[in-house]
Amino acid sequence: MGATIIEKILARTSGAAVVGPGEIAVCRPDIVVQLDMPFYVDGFWYRPKKVYDPDRIAIIFDHGMPAPTIKEASGMAEGRRFAREFGLKHVYDFGRHGISHVVAAEKGLARPGELLVNCDSHSCAAGALNCAARGAGPLDALQAMTQGLVWYPVTPTIRYEFTGALAPTVSGKDVFFHIAQVYGGHSNMSVEFGGPGLAALAMNERRTIATMCAEIGAEFALFEYDAITAEYLEGRIDRPAEPVAPDADAEYADRRVIDLAEVEPYVMLPHAVPNNGVPISRFDREVAIDQAFIGSCANGQIEDIRIAAGIVAGRQVAPGVRLIVTPGSQDIYLQAVREGLVETLTVAGAVVTNSTCGACLGYHMGVLAPGEVCLTASTRNFKGRMGSSQAEIYMGSPATVAASAIAGVITDPRGSIAGTA
Amino acid sequence: MDLVREGRVWKFGDQINTDLMLPGSAFRLPKEEQHMLCFEAIRPGWVKEVREGDILIGGRNFGLGSGRPVGAVLHTCGIRAVLAESINGLCLRNCINVSLPAMNCPGVSALFEEGDTARIDFRRGRVENLTRGGEIDAMPLPGILVDIVQAGGIVEMLIAQGFIESEPFLAARS
Repeated sequence: MGATIIEKILARTSGAAVVGPGEIAVCRPDIVVQLDMPFYVDGFWYRPKKVYDPDRIAIIFDHGMPAPTIKEASGMAEGRRFAREFGLKHVYDFGRHGISHVVAAEKGLARPGELLVNCDSHSCAAGALNCAARGAGPLDALQAMTQGLVWYPVTPTIRYEFTGALAPTVSGKDVFFHIAQVYGGHSNMSVEFGGPGLAALAMNERRTIATMCAEIGAEFALFEYDAITAEYLEGRIDRPAEPVAPDADAEYADRRVIDLAEVEPYVMLPHAVPNNGVPISRFDREVAIDQAFIGSCANGQIEDIRIAAGIVAGRQVAPGVRLIVTPGSQDIYLQAVREGLVETLTVAGAVVTNSTCGACLGYHMGVLAPGEVCLTASTRNFKGRMGSSQAEIYMGSPATVAASAIAGVITDPRGSIAGTA
Repeated sequence: MDLVREGRVWKFGDQINTDLMLPGSAFRLPKEEQHMLCFEAIRPGWVKEVREGDILIGGRNFGLGSGRPVGAVLHTCGIRAVLAESINGLCLRNCINVSLPAMNCPGVSALFEEGDTARIDFRRGRVENLTRGGEIDAMPLPGILVDIVQAGGIVEMLIAQGFIESEPFLAARS
């Protein structure tokens, strides 16, 4: 019997010939990414007496960067001390910072066929690059950094086969929403993406989809490696990629075909993601918004900012609406400045912020008040996620958010692009 | 070694996410206060009603969400076992790693009314309703995970093996 991508990676890193569903694989990670947050949330940082390999630990500050309060400032000072004490090889501190999953991809830390440990739930983002990662906990990250071990249940895998190509103004975010709407939660399941449609699916769309798989509760989410992956990684990784492909006779819990051409923009309704969306053509309510957000590990990519700038160019954000755009990393911020996107957005009345997790988790830079309504192209719409538990959070693609920020109400971006909004 | 827990049941429905257990606003609180906001948005006052030894039963996708340490929060509230129709993988590890046993148990919601007494054998994957009778098979907790629970969690294991200091670092507040 053949193996899926994740089965092969868990087998290699646990030293087993094969692993199968129901087993616990105790693995040696290829790289561990540590964020700022465990350094300052009480009870989750115990100073290591030793680390298993200083070249395999990366520190990336993102959630509270730059520090909004003394607590974050103190935690990050501790992180810097830890990095110095053990001479850690990869440190992405102030000025080189960004959202950990974005930086891990940009800087070649997330490598095909490898196992990455990161305590943040959206670590599955690395799956776009054929790199196995799932949100671990802060204690898993501690064990991974010190003992060099981390445990994973081996779960059944669901295979998604893409065919066709996305229509204009339809994004990877909408593909994910479609999966979440049609198939709901994937707890205790890994997912694998492949098929002929992959050749027409850009890397930024793949990264959005992989990142969002945390929201259907997938264990691991892995894309097959192809020419698009190789092109993205060119110049980023410091050793040859060793991608992992599934065997032809790999066993899947289910195989599902998705015709990308059939996917349309979605709106996800407040408070939950699985089975909680509406294709925008059938969204018949007029929902006025107070805040519109484009950012996070899922949608802080340069392509997302280009889409936003393209839609708001020459227009004004509706009165009373706050459009916040947060680049996913310093590199993306700089690129957006160079392309004039920051200027276009600012002229339209948007605010482009420092690169951080920030508003996505209601931590800083865009917290919601009671009674407010937000439409977001980030990761979550949970009650209380972005601030007050009395606020409502709808989700859409970057195009839907930008078009809605101009209209002042949740709007189908397809009309906006055509200039008819 | 056996891993059996018996206690009073609290029932929660489907799609209970991490942010309901530990809202972002709790992050900056001292550890001993973080749990006070658990379920505040959907069930205010619950933290004062729950007592040590109680058991939480969730619905589908229990614990979906972020890496925030919800297992530790539930443990501090007094919860000593978690069952759900399905448990998010990250939530499961955040429970096991702080020595709070948790297990997937499809069909468990129908077996209990809130306030019933449950008896759970994690190693064998058996769940009994001691109040009304009836039992159900769960997905047994693999031996490696039972061992982590029995050892007192990851931190205790790492301290015992000399990997980390025995007291946590606490970031300054002022």
